[in-house]
Amino acid sequence: MSAVLESRPLPFLQILNAQGEVVNSDRLPKLSDEKLRDIMHKMVFTRIWDDRAVKLTRQGRLGFYAPVAGQEGSMIGSETATDRQDFILPSYRDVPQAVWHGWPLYQAFHYSRGHQHGGAIPEGVNVLIPQIIIGAQIVQASGIAMAFKLRKERRAAVTYIGDGGTSQGDFYEGLNFAGAYRLPAVFIVQNNQFAISMPVSQQTAAARLADKAAAAGMPGVQVDGMDVLAVYAATSEALERARAGDGPTLIETVTFRFGPHTMSGDDPTRYRTKDLETEWKAKDPLVRFRAYLEKKGLWNQSDEEAVIEEARTAVTDALAKADATPAMSVEGLIDSMFAQLPAKLAAQRAEYADKEGC
Amino acid sequence: MAQLTMIQAITQALDLELGRDPSVLLFGEDVGHSGGVFRATDGLQAKYGQERVFDTPLAESGICGLATGLAIEGFRPIAEIQFFGFVFEAMDEIIGQAARMRFRSGGRFHCPVVYRSPFGGGVKTPELHADSLEGLLAQSPGLKVVIPSNPYDAKGLLISAIRDDDPVVFLEHMKLYRSLRQEVPEEAYTIPLGQANVVREGRDVTIVTYGAMVHTAIKAADQWSKNKGVEAEVIDLRTVSPLDVETVVASVKKTHRAVVLQEAQRSAGVAAEVVAQITEHAIYHLEGPVIRISPPDTVYPFAQLEEDWLPSAERVGAGLDRVLTL
Repeated sequence: MSAVLESRPLPFLQILNAQGEVVNSDRLPKLSDEKLRDIMHKMVFTRIWDDRAVKLTRQGRLGFYAPVAGQEGSMIGSETATDRQDFILPSYRDVPQAVWHGWPLYQAFHYSRGHQHGGAIPEGVNVLIPQIIIGAQIVQASGIAMAFKLRKERRAAVTYIGDGGTSQGDFYEGLNFAGAYRLPAVFIVQNNQFAISMPVSQQTAAARLADKAAAAGMPGVQVDGMDVLAVYAATSEALERARAGDGPTLIETVTFRFGPHTMSGDDPTRYRTKDLETEWKAKDPLVRFRAYLEKKGLWNQSDEEAVIEEARTAVTDALAKADATPAMSVEGLIDSMFAQLPAKLAAQRAEYADKEGC
Repeated sequence: MAQLTMIQAITQALDLELGRDPSVLLFGEDVGHSGGVFRATDGLQAKYGQERVFDTPLAESGICGLATGLAIEGFRPIAEIQFFGFVFEAMDEIIGQAARMRFRSGGRFHCPVVYRSPFGGGVKTPELHADSLEGLLAQSPGLKVVIPSNPYDAKGLLISAIRDDDPVVFLEHMKLYRSLRQEVPEEAYTIPLGQANVVREGRDVTIVTYGAMVHTAIKAADQWSKNKGVEAEVIDLRTVSPLDVETVVASVKKTHRAVVLQEAQRSAGVAAEVVAQITEHAIYHLEGPVIRISPPDTVYPFAQLEEDWLPSAERVGAGLDRVLTL
């Protein structure tokens, strides 16, 4: 039985240390060179896109944006472990997982801008629109997982929440339902150590957020969220359990956001010390994984530059595509409320279509 | 045709739809093995199995979140909130999530969920069981809110609600569950959502109401017909969102006077919306102000005071006198 199958508290899982050295070869996932390069590609791409998105937000060209730098190990490691058929329920910061799972980047930009087309996930892409209400995705993940179980499909629901969200009632309700019905779900708590400004130590008396799994009767695993291979390994094992009918898993990835909570005025210097930021920047998931791949001869400077160029072009193209999408209209908004428009809304639609109407 | 109570008609509707459509699921607290606290789901788990009719842990947001997720994946969940006062626990999942899903996803996902729940005063329940909270839901975009007043309507409206592609809150007045019987056809039939019903014709004044108050209105109308020769028309809204403005306005244009009767507290509710619609569409046909008859703007005074607090036929009669003499 692998360690992840035990429901007792487990030690922090780390496979690569901050220098990119393998410290836990027993748990090293067996990945092809191509897959390893793919993970690095996604992480570099995401870092460049995030950097560009932060700048675009400052310029007023994007709307709501929650920076992701620092959390790529947690985000990319977990998403890469999923199959296309698994269903991802992201929270507002989890845009990269949704995009790597098939949500077109230009639609993510629409979502940032509040354009309705952002949420029109293409058919066949198993992603929900990023959740704003903290915890709603947790109860919904149990519903989606139950659908897979009822249809006897070997698929899992994978959902994300932050450390702050583990205080929410819906977090416990969703976990409890998944445990009680033994549903194929994976709950990933990205513990970036602050609920906007409140440190985890003040949010809960629990020693580890992963321990909250015990109340729902599921295994709780704490992993180094700055180690993409540890996150990949833990998620893969959780997904195997889910697909085999062995029920849900809670994974806590201990990570850090290098930037602010969102681009809407948060100032991390009010609640984080410079020393803490320096300490965590030294654990950068890209740095350690790059070092690991370079030693294996799987990554070099020209690979890095090629991805940077690719990401810049992709962001520019996606932005152009978003800009080219027709603006929302009140009529279109009204049409999207119901399958069939009730008479009162039809009348209101006509009022708005007539600019002189009231 | 069988004479059924409202609870029997509801069970029959659930049974027929579970039998007709394999994507229909039924769940909530105590609805499975036990058949529900009012026995609305009695025998359905035995008939359709534990995968389709099942008990849930005691968590209303969890129940409604489960429904949202299942609906996204193509099921038609019928989620029971054991008593509607408990809906506060699930307001986000209903109003913040399911009702917004079609909009948020630009039509990619939708939530054909029915939230069934008992509510309503006069049956001596504990606190937060009887409250009429339909106004809170009726104000929420993307939701439909249905309140039947009799067994026949309950069956036809519930079948429509289950087949509807958008979320529907279906509220069942506890006082009506077993207090009257009506001929109800055995087979499935639908009553369109958003369509009111003129349950008593009259020429002098219109009473617009819904739920258990329909019976109070008819009682008052019959008394005033007998004692004062006043003929009141009674409209049962049946769906409080979207409102059937057309039927209400047509009646008011005929009678020129109206009272709106509701079991919910006075302010900012369904009655206020009905009054607004009448003034917008029929003000030149009115011969007096449209008044609301309702309990006062207080919390629901469970058990001790409810009979005095709820509008009586006498209060409705006094309201008729008021609008007829103004």
